[in-house]
Amino acid sequence: MSGAQEAALAAQKKDIRSRWLLSAPALLIIFCAAVGPLFVMLFYSFMAKGDYGDVKFGEFSLDGWTSVLFQRDIFDDTLGLADAHLSIIWRSLQLSFFTTLFTLILGFPTAYFIATRPQHTREVWVFLVTIPFWTNLLIRAFAMQQVIRNEGLLNNALLWLGIIKQPLQIMYTDTANLLGMTYVYLPLMVLPLYASIEKLDFRLVEAGYDLYATRFQVLWRIVIPLVKPGLIAGSILVFIPSLGAYVIPRVLGGGKNMMLGNLIEMQFGSGRNWPLGAAMSITLMALVMIALIFYVKNASRGGAGHA
Amino acid sequence: MRRSRFDIRAQPGFGFITLFTFFALYLPIAALVIYSFNGAESLSRWGGFSTRWFAAAWQNDAVQDAAIRSLVIATWAALIATVAATMAALATTRTRPYRGLTFKYALINQPLMVPEIVTAVALLIVFSRVKVWTGYSGLGYLIAAHTAFCIPFAYLPIRARLESMDLTLERAAADLYASSWQAFRYVTLPLLRPAIIAGFMLAFVISLDDVVITEFVKSGGQDTLPTYMLGQLRRETSPEINAIATVFLALSTALVVIFFFINRKKQ
Repeated sequence: MSGAQEAALAAQKKDIRSRWLLSAPALLIIFCAAVGPLFVMLFYSFMAKGDYGDVKFGEFSLDGWTSVLFQRDIFDDTLGLADAHLSIIWRSLQLSFFTTLFTLILGFPTAYFIATRPQHTREVWVFLVTIPFWTNLLIRAFAMQQVIRNEGLLNNALLWLGIIKQPLQIMYTDTANLLGMTYVYLPLMVLPLYASIEKLDFRLVEAGYDLYATRFQVLWRIVIPLVKPGLIAGSILVFIPSLGAYVIPRVLGGGKNMMLGNLIEMQFGSGRNWPLGAAMSITLMALVMIALIFYVKNASRGGAGHA
Repeated sequence: MRRSRFDIRAQPGFGFITLFTFFALYLPIAALVIYSFNGAESLSRWGGFSTRWFAAAWQNDAVQDAAIRSLVIATWAALIATVAATMAALATTRTRPYRGLTFKYALINQPLMVPEIVTAVALLIVFSRVKVWTGYSGLGYLIAAHTAFCIPFAYLPIRARLESMDLTLERAAADLYASSWQAFRYVTLPLLRPAIIAGFMLAFVISLDDVVITEFVKSGGQDTLPTYMLGQLRRETSPEINAIATVFLALSTALVVIFFFINRKKQ
């Protein structure tokens, strides 16, 4: 009896050991080329900055962290708020928020429309949403440039229609960033929304109509609360990459309309301030984590409400 | 209850917004492709239909090098990532929860959680030092970095497939005195093959598409196609870039379409 139990326990232990062995390569690669470097970066953020990039080892300093938000005045050495950094952080938050909002405005009706098509056509629609999603990010940013540049499609069309006399300067503005990000991240909003609307029980909608609800009331008080998990998932999926956007502001925003990602890059390039860059990266990661925690909390609550 | 007076599922205006969305999704891509056939020297005016920029890109040594490098990196990264992800998927599915399982999930999915730019600069910090220490500055760093962020993508379809597979067939094999290796080789692996191919293709496309991490990890002269294009965009854009982008676009679309059909056949 106990012998059999021992044997079973030993087999189980052996199973778990072989499972660790099997997963070792994946865990090792990710640790060495993704997670580990983050810890090194955390360490770097507390070092003094080197003269030509890099850091001075063993020389502890909080300058990296304080200069995320503050700067020392070059004349009287007093600490003041780093306006440039603050304005870029603020721009990143604002642009990410509006990107989320715009993708929601376009994405929700689209997801709803697709989810209410017959089964076989649905697949085709979803497939059509996925294709741009798998297209290289840089190419999509570049494609957006073809539309909004001064001699681009949009300006040519508006000039031809006689709506404007002068081409609109959209490239290298915040509007360009916003259009680019909305374009690029739209599928990330549509797909999770679609997944949750598809599961919606339309008998509840019917019940709403039977109780004399208007279309708007049904949408607002029945559909939206029921698809809330998908709504939050989509918003998070759009908000997080928007906050860390690097390629789109670089291609469409030009040098003036930087976002956090470009500011971080600058510290490792011409800025030669690695501790500051490291501290900013960790700040960005912290912002993302806050968004994720918010998501997890809301999603679990939403899930519990359904069950 | 059969059909009511009106379609309860329809919402007014939604169809219109959907059409607009699809128009907006495809218009920029269409513009890119159309401008790539522009015969003029610059993008500012239309100089008639021409394929000259495709020919120019084809003969450009820098483009050829970058394209080959992209393919080499993507092949290695996707290959290693798929093998590692398959093993990891076998280790994390069809089991009772054990200590460390959640840790494994978290670690495997970690590259998806952190903004790319953050991973990129962290890798820059570490690899720049390793390059000095070891004196090695080949493609290994890029392949390692790409493998890491490809693993979760390869892992996803393989894990999903394993979860939906029941253990009966493997048990039957064991009853017929197959060793655990034989059961894996002749039962599990063939059943898993479509998911492994799908995982490989996803990883391949993801690696091929990467801009940010490559840009920070690469040493001098190690441009991939996307970083080459990014570098060119700083200057006056010529229709040649459009031509390169169009070919790239066609290639990744083809891969995604194949991926879609493999996945569909599986169901």
